[in-house]
Amino acid sequence: MITIFRIRRFNPETSPSMPYFQEYKLDTERADTVLDALMHIRETLDESLTLRCSCRGAICGSCSMRINGHAALACKTKVQAMASERGVVQVEPMNNMPVIKDLVTDMAGFWDKVRQVQPWLQPAGQEPEAEYLASSESMNHLTGVMGCIMCGACVSDCAALEADERFLGPAALAKAYRFVADPRDGAGRSRLLALNEPGGMWDCTRCMECIEVCPKGVGAMDRIMSLRSRGIQAGVPSTCGSRHAEVFADLIYRKGRLDEPMLAARTFGLQNLSRLLSLLPMALRAFVRGKVPKSGPLHRAIPGVEKFRRLFQRMEERP
Amino acid sequence: MTTANEYDVLVMGAGLAGMRAALAAHEAGARVAIMTKVHPVRSHSNAAQGGINAAMTDRGDEWEEHAFETVKGSDYLADQDAVEILAQEAGREILTLEHMGVIFNRNEEGRLGTRRFGGQKRARTFFVSDFTGQAMLHVLFEQLIKARVPVFEEWFVTSLVKDADGRCAGLVGFEIRTSQFALVKAKAVIIASGGLGRVFEPSTNALICTGDGMAIAYRAGAALMDMEMVQYHPTTLKGKGLLITEAARGEGAYLLNRDGERFMKRYAPNMMELASRDVVSRAEQTEINEGRGVDGCVLLDCRHLGRQLIHERLRQISDEVQSFAGIDLTKEPVPIRPGMHYQMGGIKTDVDGRCWEMHGAWAGVPGLFAAGETACLSLHGGNRLGANSLLDTVVFGRRAGRCAAEYAREVPTPHVPDSTVGMEQQAVSALLSRHANRDSVATIRHEMGVAMHTHLGVFRDQEGIMAAKGTLESLRDRYSRVGVQDKGRVFNTSLIRALELGFMLDCAETIVCGALLRRESRGAHFRTDYLYRDDEQWLKHILVYHQPDGSSRVEYLPVRLTRWEPKVRIY
Repeated sequence: MITIFRIRRFNPETSPSMPYFQEYKLDTERADTVLDALMHIRETLDESLTLRCSCRGAICGSCSMRINGHAALACKTKVQAMASERGVVQVEPMNNMPVIKDLVTDMAGFWDKVRQVQPWLQPAGQEPEAEYLASSESMNHLTGVMGCIMCGACVSDCAALEADERFLGPAALAKAYRFVADPRDGAGRSRLLALNEPGGMWDCTRCMECIEVCPKGVGAMDRIMSLRSRGIQAGVPSTCGSRHAEVFADLIYRKGRLDEPMLAARTFGLQNLSRLLSLLPMALRAFVRGKVPKSGPLHRAIPGVEKFRRLFQRMEERP
Repeated sequence: MTTANEYDVLVMGAGLAGMRAALAAHEAGARVAIMTKVHPVRSHSNAAQGGINAAMTDRGDEWEEHAFETVKGSDYLADQDAVEILAQEAGREILTLEHMGVIFNRNEEGRLGTRRFGGQKRARTFFVSDFTGQAMLHVLFEQLIKARVPVFEEWFVTSLVKDADGRCAGLVGFEIRTSQFALVKAKAVIIASGGLGRVFEPSTNALICTGDGMAIAYRAGAALMDMEMVQYHPTTLKGKGLLITEAARGEGAYLLNRDGERFMKRYAPNMMELASRDVVSRAEQTEINEGRGVDGCVLLDCRHLGRQLIHERLRQISDEVQSFAGIDLTKEPVPIRPGMHYQMGGIKTDVDGRCWEMHGAWAGVPGLFAAGETACLSLHGGNRLGANSLLDTVVFGRRAGRCAAEYAREVPTPHVPDSTVGMEQQAVSALLSRHANRDSVATIRHEMGVAMHTHLGVFRDQEGIMAAKGTLESLRDRYSRVGVQDKGRVFNTSLIRALELGFMLDCAETIVCGALLRRESRGAHFRTDYLYRDDEQWLKHILVYHQPDGSSRVEYLPVRLTRWEPKVRIY
């Protein structure tokens, strides 16, 4: 199968040093991965093509890159599954981090954020003589997030990070969850308090990209959601983020629909007038574009709202 | 974390052995740093799947039994004093890891659970699903962050530096991102840079496993010991040779030939699929050679284990087999074959990681230490038991780290001229300025790998080993002329691969040297022209030293026996 690899290249030593696309044509086999192809290119066509790779088996996390626009491990991605009708596969370095050369990115920022969550076990009390007792379920549960290989794919494709680079990002937050959910860790509350700060667990916009692209099924966004509910349960001070979640749920319970003005008023608080006023231009634009319902901006409960309430009750019975 | 240019202890490599050593040296009060060519969590320790052995005496196991099975597994080439330490300190080390945060599997009482592994009668393998190495590696990295140990990350080491008295004085290397060279001085250097799997093609090993540490120690005057002892793992996936954990057989999977027969009953009637690795690999290769294989493979059958067990305990290999072979473990048997996996030999050390002997039994380099797969104590002798390598890295990584810190307290800062850096830099510049010819580093590496696999694999003989020797000589010649296409200074992986090939050729030569000399069959070294173990002649280690002219010099050391006399080995 003839495949054209359209690879984004960048070499800071050439001038002017602008990224460009270079195409390589290759005869690939059915079982070949993108990494096989890239290695073949650098061994037979162009030694200067630069990438990180090591284990070839999706455990070292070196070869994350964007393949056809989404982050993936090159060693785990089959060429056949990615080639377009014209037989083209596009390969680019990860997003949301600086490029050093070709497909190699600078992950220093990534690791700084991991360090920020104090990623080591902080047990409470005296160390036992033997092992800590822990349930089999709790340890099995942690294998899900401990399976993270820190490849950076989730961070590359995180939409919230693209908008605000101070956001801790899915990998660091999943790492934080690994400790918050560890029955041996005694620092859960202080961890949750730290994650309650701006840039922390409330800044995820739930776009699901991190879940989609994770090669190990870590489900970073789900872990972030678990952190949020653990935060609320632990009574960390409410933030716009946590109030937004609580008010959102409460409005659905009471009205069976979303009541945007009420959501804003209760999330920010009536006393926070300047913040509420800052939303006015948006409300006006919504009105002009016909996005405000005829019944006016304030919503009543929908008929049959009891059905929603029953759903809530059922969820509470079976968390 | 900012780095300096002078330390008490400098560690090369940031896998399990390297990080454990650095943490131990740090705890002992030394100023320690790590130099590694990949980020710590990219290290090959990740690949260890099945688990870590320990006889926990507080729950009825006996360390003597673990030690004996290790010695028997080694085909009596292991030094028994080292094995006793390994087995005695194992339980404590498991608890330390657990306290650090490793999420070991639990039993119903919430205590540490175990599974069975090859070459051992009792279930004493502690594990985290089937990614034990990764789970340990990431936790040690957490501890490294906590201890704020500085890391020279993505630095490539080119040589070991000695002072005028021949003492180890530090490492010279360059930052891959900038090609900036530096001499980092240290009173003690610990080499923990892993194995040399890529000398063979195929291999289960990651592409970074190129024997760098073994080669730089060898060039600096340390002895490489038992290099002929190369482990072929019984279950590697057809194609690229990815590893399928022994835990699959530990959990009860069968090995079948083309007739659906559990052929191990003819080779190891008691232990069956869980005989030691050299025995199982030879059995498989025999089945394949005698026409009872399936397309050059035999079959690993997990179907009867059930979906739930596979999901909980063999998740990673189930994904791996699905992704890389398109096979559903729960529905079809998997074609597998023996594949190069582990180097039992390595830099000769004592039980505290020292690469020199104070009583003069062997030479070496004072101030140099080694641990993990790079090192050879010898713990694993002619054949390593599954789940003993993780244990080796943490027990002897810790011991080397502590001993290096103590050593550093007693010696002054070494004096080495800064011109050392210039010389190394020139050598690399010379390589870079060589004009590209028709040959390539990749071709030479591939031919080396194929020759080593063909002639130094599961079965060996004089003629084959000599053929490999001839091939290596011609490859060495071609290597001296091959050019590097990429001439840049930023992240030049083309250059890195050329330098690694130099290290690999050194390692390959020592493997051939040992294999030619050892005229017997012991452990993984099976010579079809010398079918039996010969304790009278060969109950000894082969030590290879590098000579200034590039040739090698050989010495022998007797195997240290403490309580187990060599016996016939039956599984």
